[in-house]
Amino acid sequence: MLESTHVTKRYGGKAADDDLTFTIKPGHIYGLLGPNGSGKSTWMKIASGLIVPDQGQITLDGVKVGKQTKAHTVYMATEDFFYPYMKIRDVERYYRDFFSDFDTEKFRTLLAELNFDEKMKVTSLSSGMMAKLKIAVTMSRRARVYLLDEPFNGIDLLARDAVVKTIIESLTDDCAVIISSHLIEELEKIVDTCIFLKDGRLILSGEIEEIRQSQGCSLIELYKKLYA
Amino acid sequence: MEFETNKPIYLQVIEDIKRRMVAGELPPGEKLPSVRDLAVAYTINPNTASRVYREMEQMSLCFTRRGLGTFITEDPAVYEQIRSGMAKECLANFVTGMKHLGYHDKQAMIEQLLAFQEN
Repeated sequence: MLESTHVTKRYGGKAADDDLTFTIKPGHIYGLLGPNGSGKSTWMKIASGLIVPDQGQITLDGVKVGKQTKAHTVYMATEDFFYPYMKIRDVERYYRDFFSDFDTEKFRTLLAELNFDEKMKVTSLSSGMMAKLKIAVTMSRRARVYLLDEPFNGIDLLARDAVVKTIIESLTDDCAVIISSHLIEELEKIVDTCIFLKDGRLILSGEIEEIRQSQGCSLIELYKKLYA
Repeated sequence: MEFETNKPIYLQVIEDIKRRMVAGELPPGEKLPSVRDLAVAYTINPNTASRVYREMEQMSLCFTRRGLGTFITEDPAVYEQIRSGMAKECLANFVTGMKHLGYHDKQAMIEQLLAFQEN
């Protein structure tokens, strides 16, 4: 579905992404893993059309990433991205107006599950609540590809569980979820395929259950082996 | 449920379901949750959840009725197999543990077991 071919992006002399070639298939949850500065966010931004690679390309169902594909991909940035004036109901209106695939019904269901009130102001949210709002708004789009950049950063255990649950419930056979994180423990149970990056290069990819079975090691142990 | 992350998760979920079968929580013929609900209940990847049912079906632990869902086996012999399998595991743990403590011969182990039961 999503094909990354020889994607390279340089900042100054340094390659943030270096010749990244791999395929993202629908119906899977991917873990894009690596320490800070390994090129995860850069790849996600290229995949969502926010930045253009120097070499190579990413295509979605054969169409080069750009204006056309943006309607089918969501990029959830690490930073908070709501305007400070917004209340929850403004967030809903804003997304409904901007994205034709925004599922208001689903968003409202998620808000209720996550204990939001539409009158809450986004500036008054705790970081846990902010993370939940971001994931609710992101997963309420009926996209093909969900790119979640560090969705668990700086939030407590219960908020993480809520985020994880929302992701699992949203996965359908025709979409893919790609999660970048350095909090490997969180990904252990929910990711089925992992892609390891180091200094912008792909160093390993594969199905996690197969790795557990063949190597008898957890994702976190594998991570330590690869980067220690 | 807490998982051991160095063992395949689908196997651990199957173990848990087997435990619930012999504990009476899942009686013969009981309907199992949909793949998605299973994934949410155990907070696992939906593909892992569907693998759980695939493998369970191969092991004759459950069966699928087209359009209706997945059901626990109705065969009491399967329950008996699981029970005796788990009993063997318990005993193996017991014997290894006792050997570590220096109870090497059968008689000494049995004496300890009987004394424990009387208390």
